[in-house]
Amino acid sequence: MSHATYDVVVVGAGIVGAACADEFSRRGMRVAVVDCEMVGSGATATGMGHIVAMDDSNAQFALTRYSQQLWQTLRPELPEDVEYDQCGTIWVAADEEEMIEVLRKRDYYGQREVPTEVLDSRTLLRLEPNLRPGLAGGLLVMEDAVLYPPCAAHFLMERAQKRGATFHLGQPVADAGQGRVRMRDGSEISAGIIVNAAGAGAGHLTPGVEIKKRKGHLVITDRYAGFLRHQLVELGYLKSAHSISSDSVAFNVQPRRTGQILIGSSRQYGADHHEVDSGILARMLQRACEYLPGLAQMSAIRTWTGFRAATPDKLPFIGPWPVDKSLFLATGHEGLGITTSLATARILVDQITGTKPEIPIEPYLPSRVAKEHAHV
Amino acid sequence: MSRRMRQRFEVLVVGGGPAGIAAAVRAAEAGRRVGIVDDNATLGGQIWRGESEAGSEASRWTERLRSSGASLLRGRIFYQPEPCVLLAEADDLVQELSYEKLILATGARERFLPFPGWTLPNVMGAGGLQAMVKCGLPMQGKRVVVAGTGPLLLAVAAYLSQHGAEIEMICEQASWTSLAWFSVALLAQPSKIFQGFQLKKELVGIKFSPNSWPVAASGRTTVESVTISRRGKLETIPCDYLACGFHLVPNIEVPVVLGCEIQDGCARVDDLQRTSVAEVFCAGEPTGIGGVELSLIEGEIAGLAAAGRIAEASSLFGKREKLRLFAKRLDRTFRLRSELTNLPQPETIVCRCEDVRYSHLRDHISWRAAKLQTRCGMGACQGRVCGPATQFLFKWNPDSVRPPIFPARIESLAGLTGDSKQELCETTGGR
Amino acid sequence: MSSPLTVTVNGAPIVVPSGATVAVAMVIAGKACRVSVGGEPRGPLCGMGICFECRVAINGQPHRPGCQILCEQGMDVRTDE
Ligand SMILES: Cc1cc2nc3c(=O)[nH]c(=O)nc-3n(C[C@H](O)[C@H](O)[C@H](O)COP(=O)(O)OP(=O)(O)OC[C@H]3O[C@@H](n4cnc5c(N)ncnc54)[C@H](O)[C@@H]3O)c2cc1C
Ligand SMILES: Cc1cc2nc3c(=O)[nH]c(=O)nc-3n(C[C@H](O)[C@H](O)[C@H](O)COP(=O)(O)OP(=O)(O)OC[C@H]3O[C@@H](n4cnc5c(N)ncnc54)[C@H](O)[C@@H]3O)c2cc1C
Ligand code: FES
Repeated sequence: MSHATYDVVVVGAGIVGAACADEFSRRGMRVAVVDCEMVGSGATATGMGHIVAMDDSNAQFALTRYSQQLWQTLRPELPEDVEYDQCGTIWVAADEEEMIEVLRKRDYYGQREVPTEVLDSRTLLRLEPNLRPGLAGGLLVMEDAVLYPPCAAHFLMERAQKRGATFHLGQPVADAGQGRVRMRDGSEISAGIIVNAAGAGAGHLTPGVEIKKRKGHLVITDRYAGFLRHQLVELGYLKSAHSISSDSVAFNVQPRRTGQILIGSSRQYGADHHEVDSGILARMLQRACEYLPGLAQMSAIRTWTGFRAATPDKLPFIGPWPVDKSLFLATGHEGLGITTSLATARILVDQITGTKPEIPIEPYLPSRVAKEHAHV
Repeated sequence: MSRRMRQRFEVLVVGGGPAGIAAAVRAAEAGRRVGIVDDNATLGGQIWRGESEAGSEASRWTERLRSSGASLLRGRIFYQPEPCVLLAEADDLVQELSYEKLILATGARERFLPFPGWTLPNVMGAGGLQAMVKCGLPMQGKRVVVAGTGPLLLAVAAYLSQHGAEIEMICEQASWTSLAWFSVALLAQPSKIFQGFQLKKELVGIKFSPNSWPVAASGRTTVESVTISRRGKLETIPCDYLACGFHLVPNIEVPVVLGCEIQDGCARVDDLQRTSVAEVFCAGEPTGIGGVELSLIEGEIAGLAAAGRIAEASSLFGKREKLRLFAKRLDRTFRLRSELTNLPQPETIVCRCEDVRYSHLRDHISWRAAKLQTRCGMGACQGRVCGPATQFLFKWNPDSVRPPIFPARIESLAGLTGDSKQELCETTGGR
Repeated sequence: MSSPLTVTVNGAPIVVPSGATVAVAMVIAGKACRVSVGGEPRGPLCGMGICFECRVAINGQPHRPGCQILCEQGMDVRTDE
């Protein structure tokens, strides 16, 4: 292993690393992927797999929407087990105040050619009869989808492998940069380009990369086919529930192709252990039952937690790390890395190959926060 | 919405089989406030369930339990929301049980191995069919093949034949040579290992075949026949039921979730049945498969130890040692032969919850990889059936147990903070 | 022993001994407890609340573990889809 050379070594075989490997190999570059575990086993194994156009900021919208369209293009090639389902999202408005947000959102999406439909109270109940009566309405975003992330990562990896990419799994990387990746056992792989796609572990690998772990809880039920048809998210999600600093829960549920219901979501900083936090779990489920009372009697099969890689400004790091010419970052995707993995890979490889990216890349460049480090 | 109740115990026992009953009896008789919780409609665990014959060992112990003052609770432990509290779910009830000392006596389950046709209705576990008969399934005139491995096969065959079944054959995968010790041991102390050998007369005339195992079950909507590999030849036997289990697997999910150290698939305990977690004891099959006598003794020791009666507990060590030696040899006798890894065909379903086939599993490197990519073990049984099977087939180690320990209603998990709107009321104790 | 009970299995009345579990009623009726993900009929395997193959819909509630629930007079039991 120590003498092999590649054009690129990608550290991390999550959905982001997998998408990068796929994209580099598509452009004819020789890629090696290293991961201390296996394909798609980090945050990728714990996330919800909602492919969603988000409008917290223009930059967030641009990346999520671009990536969503890439997923749509890929759709015919996705194997069955990726469970890609364009079920759409309904942003649920509990009251008239939230209906104002529905209209704002409609305008925002409308101006950017994202098809939506405003739902009144009755239409909402017709589309999702198990929601509690008396909700004000909602916004249906038709092109949003869901998929099963570990199989999506696996598909991308396999495609890369067919084009000659190699995997080195089961070995932790001790450090990466200066044109080489050194494993904990001392072996090295060298390449002109190193990509740090280590998810929440990216900060350990590259000191100075500011990533915080943001813990989330999820619960999955037995199969209840037909109970839910769209991904449902409360609009309070944006307003209050997910303020950046404190622990929060929000109503966010997803119909799986299996008929199971995946229930989220929570956000916590400073909780670094994997254990389920019973208080947060209870709050999250109570919130979900407020919206979907029928959930209460359903059988929960499993709960788990995962860690989002959060950056200070809620946008990912995609591009060169200013203090090391060989090193590039593709991390910090917080709660949107499944959605944005494909676009991340595109604009990263565009930068490296000198291709003009289809969206402006400045908001995602690591240099935006790395300036201080660049001077030391 | 379900009711929610809270109760405090000095000693809480999880599992109402012989080990749990003995533990609860000993602790309660020593004056402790004891609760014993079990998830089945009737008490007694796998062996004593539904048995009510006056004067039997089972009824002696259950009587003693009822007069010991211990509270009998029905529910299934599914979560530990905070230290020294466990939640149990029953029909419309969630019980929040807090304790000072905890005794885990969660018993064992059968090991199932996949072979073509094992998913057909009326192919059941050996203990599984027995349990069904205990719960009212009529056996009169039914043709049954009992297959797999372990002393349970004989106990089950005897039990079923007593209930009118025609046992076509008992197929034991172990060889005569490994069984030799066992038969000698049986003659020496017939009652010691598994109940059922007192019933030897019931087994007279039943064909017992070592070196044999099922290779396929077939039938249209339910099983109609089973093909057996017997001393190297295939033989097809028509039947109404196939009762098939490959010995037992300790139920260690609760100990695992509580953080107890696990060694070779069993909860590790010291002389006083203490686990590696303070104030948590474990007794019976989760510490190793050993049969009812050993479960009883371990239960007694755990109950006494939890009640602080160390001297009395120690006086039972000798008896336990002898039974443990016995248990060890039991394990060796019924070790699975490697040919059984060839039972599944590519199309054979291994994970019954998610219908994952052997061909989709065999190339994965680990349980977790297979689970993430194929959904194996992601269904309602949470890997309790396919976990031990893949451990044998592929040498995988099933991963961590996640809450809920058993599937539980969302509302039961949602009320976890305890400050929910749900009413609080006192339970009456009995069932 | 108390007298037998009648439950309905997929709409048809079935007589079971008192103390019988719902899983037992399904086997007596000759009906699958559930239909698997791949469309196969399934019946009880473990008889002790471990395998969940005996899941049935009881009085309209899906996915109930039939081997751990006793039959009650007039109970409506259906194959779990
Ligand atoms: C609860 C929850 C819900 C979510 N829901 C959604 C959603 O609905 N939609 C969406 O788009 N996103 C969602 N996300 C976010 C999404 O899951 C992540 O953004 C995405 O998986 C990140 O992928 P990744 O490849 O960057 O990281 P990971 O999947 O974590 O991969 C990083 C890999 O790097 C490896 N690694 C780390 N350090 C080292 C090292 N030193 N040496 C070797 N290997 C190393 C790890 O083993 C891992 O495999 C959610 C996340 C959570 C936690
Ligand atoms: C299916 C089966 C059939 C058997 N048949 C025979 C036989 O015929 N003859 C014989 O000699 N031996 C038989 N055995 C072996 C016999 O059960 C044991 O040797 C002995 O009963 C073990 O006693 P125990 O108390 O350790 O466990 P068990 O008797 O298994 O008791 C454990 C109890 O704990 C309950 N439990 C488990 N987890 C939880 C939870 N989370 N919450 C609440 N309750 C829980 C279980 O449902 C069970 O009732 C059988 C074993 C099995 C698995
Ligand atoms: S038969 Fe296995 S859970 Fe009921």
